[in-house]
Formats: sequence, structure tokens, C-alpha cells
Amino acid sequence: MSSSTVSRVRRQGPLSPWLFAAPGLLIIGAFILYPFVSTLVNAFTDKRTLIPGEFVGLANFRELLHDDMFWIGLRNSTLYVLGVVPALVILPLLLALLVQKNIPGITFFRSAFYTPVVASIVVVGLIWVWLLDERGLVNSLLETIGVGRIGFLSDQWLLLLSAMAVTVWKGLGYYMIIYLAALANVPRELHEAAAVDGAGAVRRFVTVTVPAVRSTMALVGALSSVAAFKVFSEVYLMAGPSGGPAGEDTTLVMLVQRTGTGLTGRVGYASAISVVVFVVTVALMLLVLRADRRAES
Amino acid sequence: MTRVRKGELVLRYVLLLAVLALTVGPFLWQLSTSLKGPTEDIYSSPPSFLPRHPTLHNYERVSDTIPVWDYALNSLKVATANVVTNCVGSALAGYALARLRYRGRRAATLAFILAMLVPVEGIIIAQFTTMRELGLNNTLIGVVLPGCIGAMNVLLMRNAFLNLPYEIEEAAYVDGANVWQRFLRIALPSVRGTIAVVAIFAFMGAWDDFLWPLIVLSDPSKFTLTIGLNYLHGTFAGDERLVAAGTVIAVAPLIVLFACLQRYFFRGVGEGAVKG
Repeated sequence: MSSSTVSRVRRQGPLSPWLFAAPGLLIIGAFILYPFVSTLVNAFTDKRTLIPGEFVGLANFRELLHDDMFWIGLRNSTLYVLGVVPALVILPLLLALLVQKNIPGITFFRSAFYTPVVASIVVVGLIWVWLLDERGLVNSLLETIGVGRIGFLSDQWLLLLSAMAVTVWKGLGYYMIIYLAALANVPRELHEAAAVDGAGAVRRFVTVTVPAVRSTMALVGALSSVAAFKVFSEVYLMAGPSGGPAGEDTTLVMLVQRTGTGLTGRVGYASAISVVVFVVTVALMLLVLRADRRAES
Repeated sequence: MTRVRKGELVLRYVLLLAVLALTVGPFLWQLSTSLKGPTEDIYSSPPSFLPRHPTLHNYERVSDTIPVWDYALNSLKVATANVVTNCVGSALAGYALARLRYRGRRAATLAFILAMLVPVEGIIIAQFTTMRELGLNNTLIGVVLPGCIGAMNVLLMRNAFLNLPYEIEEAAYVDGANVWQRFLRIALPSVRGTIAVVAIFAFMGAWDDFLWPLIVLSDPSKFTLTIGLNYLHGTFAGDERLVAAGTVIAVAPLIVLFACLQRYFFRGVGEGAVKG
């Protein structure tokens, strides 16, 4: 095809391209890009819900340094990344290997494993609150086998750990599908050659599968660490709006929501916390992807 | 396909069933709880997995306690609006990015890429103040607007249009079709698969969303199902049967939708992940 036909097909009135793009640009401009910029600006003001506020320089950030709740939030969000990401990088890969082979009924299993992804986080949260309740299913099973009941939702650390488990449980199916797509591109000859050389299943996993899906592992690591750092719903639902015993289970986004909303909401201060969330998530993303590039070279 | 040894096959099915119990079991337990009558002990140890006298009583009670069907209707309105706006808006914008030539196209593409990278959790407070300035707080329109044309969807549609050969539009151009006719009659029907993916994710995203409606909606009569459930949980934490019935009402439509459209689902997740 000559370049002139391309330009002829593309040619049109001067206004219509913008008519096509206008609704999309308007929406993301008004509700994503403008709020993003105003978050950055508000972080340097003492704006409140009903008060426009004034420029206060770095005062919000200085206050953050002395705010115990901020450090609790930062600690919990960081712990969340450390706890959830390794599990979400490895377990879905194993799951993908399990459902990869086309054996009878496998489509059913693949869909069934995806169900937690489809379900709303509220439903998932409420199901697990019930399962992990002092008198819930998990505890009655534990009691039946003689372990005794455990206060999954009343202890500060167990609560955080339970929320992490729920995040992993809900994310398994999603990352499994990403790994399935990556595994489909691994040449079968590699496995066969390794098998001929006498490598067992574990050996083949380490020497063939893992190197072949390394960049996908980095992608999953990046996606799950960004999501884990911004965790809100699971902890909010399991620990309650105030963040569990003495607020010790509050995460950063929970703090943003609690500080910035309501009639007395401190919009400026909440924006400063949001800026911290931006900076850390971008850093996490770059860190994981750079680690991947280093591993490749 | 390589032959699968018998022992390995048995092991595979054992593992598959174990994971099945772990992923689907909690939903079934919830369903079972919702069907247990008021006289049945739901805290027994060892637990009883099947309700002794299954009853729909809890479903009646949940609708006496909170207007659960109104909430479901609100969720349906929000989700439907989200599907329509996302399909129409992203198809239009995606076509403009992929197929039309004009000054500023690169800038427009960049705007959508930037928007995709902005973490929504970090801008909710500013979204909330923007919404208040527009006087749309505490309305369902306010719930729909921020996500009504997702940047990710626009980029998905752009990729779909980019993959179409130019020849098919060329013929229509020679026949004198203008840009709108080419879009509607030629380009759009060729990307139906991607539109289906956008529609499914738009529905699921809107139906499942929690944080944004929680912030925007304050009037209980306008609650969506997810917010209503959280409210139910807070108010009647004592009766798990009611909460269980509520969650089943919220999750059942999605599981049905998913079961019908799972083929598109998996394709969509795979594509989105590889390209995103």
C-alpha cells in the first residue's frame, strides 16, 4: 500500500478527530488529570472541606514526620507489600502450571479458580470476616482437630496477616491468567530437551520455566506491589473504618480516606499523604522493572 | 500433546480439587449459611456444611432490613451506564488515536497513557472536591462519571483499531463514505471482540467498586449494593445469616455473567496484561 492511500484514508474534516476524542479527553481531563494536579497543589495548602485554604509550603510534610498515624499507615502498607508480593509472584505461577495442561474438565477448574477475582471485594471481605470469626468456620475446624480457637480478627498482627491472606486469595486467579498467557509462549522443545537430559519436574521448573517467564514475574511483581501498597478495602472491611485495635491496622489509603473526607476533612493534609503514596508506588514500579532488566542482561 | 502418566494425572486432579475447595468453598459456605433457618446453630463445631432445613427466609428478612433490591437497582443503573459510556467513549477515542491524522494526536495519546498511570486511590479526595464543585456529590451520576471512559479501555480500543488492515476502510473511502460512516459501518463491527471485553470489565468494575461510592454517597437511599452490604454488616453484625444472604445477592449476578462470558474474560485479561 502506498503512503498516499494511507493519507487518503486518514484524511477527514479538521474538526471530526477532536469530536471523536472529545468525550474521552474531557472525562480523563476533568476526573483524572485535573484531580491529580490539584492533589499535588493541595498538598502544599491547608485546604479543608469547606475552606479553600492557603499555601503553607512544606508544613503538611513536616507534620507527617511527627504524625504517629502516618508512620503506622506507612508501616502497614510496606508490610503489606513485603507479605503479599512474594506470594502473588510465586503461587499463581504454580497454579498456572497446574491448569496449563489440557486434561478433561480443565476449563471448569480455570473458571472456578477465577471466581474470587470476579466477586466484589466487599463480598470477599464479608465472606472472610465470617470465615475467620471467633466462632466461624475456620475456628470450628481448628477446634474440631484440637488446635483451639484463634482470634484472627482481634489481634493487631493476625488481623493484618489475615487481610494479606485474603488479598492473595482474591488475586491468585488474576495473576494465574497472566502467567498462563506467558507460559503459552515458552517453547515446548526446551522442556523436552531438559527432560531428555534427565531433569526432573522441579529441576525443569527452575532451569526452564522460571527463566522463560522472568519478565512476566517482574510484571506481576510490579502490578501486585503497587496494588498492595495502596490496599484499602480488605483492611477497611476486616478491621473496620477506624483500622482495628487502636487504629494499629490503618493503611495509608485508609488514612487518606479518613483524613480527607467529611465536613471537617483536611484536604491539604490528605493530599500530602497521597503524594507519598504516588512517590512510593512509582518507586516500587521502577524498582521491580529495573530488577527485571538487570536479571535479563 | 505429550502423554500424561496415570500417577501424574491423579496427582493433578487431587491438587485441582484441593485448590477448588479453597477458592470456591468459601462462596458455598456463604450460600449454605444464607439458607440456614433461625433455629439452626450456625456456630456448631464440627461445622455442618449442609443446611438441615433449607429456607429462603433470610432473603426475605434482608429485604425487610435494608432496601436490598433498591440497592441492586442502583448498582445495575451505575453498571449499565458505565458499560454504555465506556464502550461508546473508548471506541470513539480509540478510533481517533489509531486511525485519524491531526495535529495533537500524540499529545492526546500521551494524555490517555498518563491517565492510565495515575493511581486512583491517591486522587480520590481531589475527585471528591471536584465532584462537589460540580454539585454532583451524593448522586449516582457522580458515582459513574470518573470511570465512565477508562483510559485503559481507550488504549485497548486503539490497539484493536491499529490492528485492522487499512484496505477495508479504503474501499469505503473510494465509495465516498465519510469518516463517521467508515467508523460506524466498517471499523466498529471489526472490533466487536474488544468491545465485548471492555463491556465486561466496565460492568464488573462498576458493580464491584467500593472506595469511590463509599466516598461520594452519603444518603442511604442512593447506596449501591456494595456500600449497602457494608452498612448491613455494620448494623447487623450479629446475624451472619442476613449478611450471607446479602452477599449472595451481590455476587450471584456476576458469577452468572462470568460463567456466560468467560471465554472473552480470559482473552481480555491476557491481552490487557501483555499490552498494558
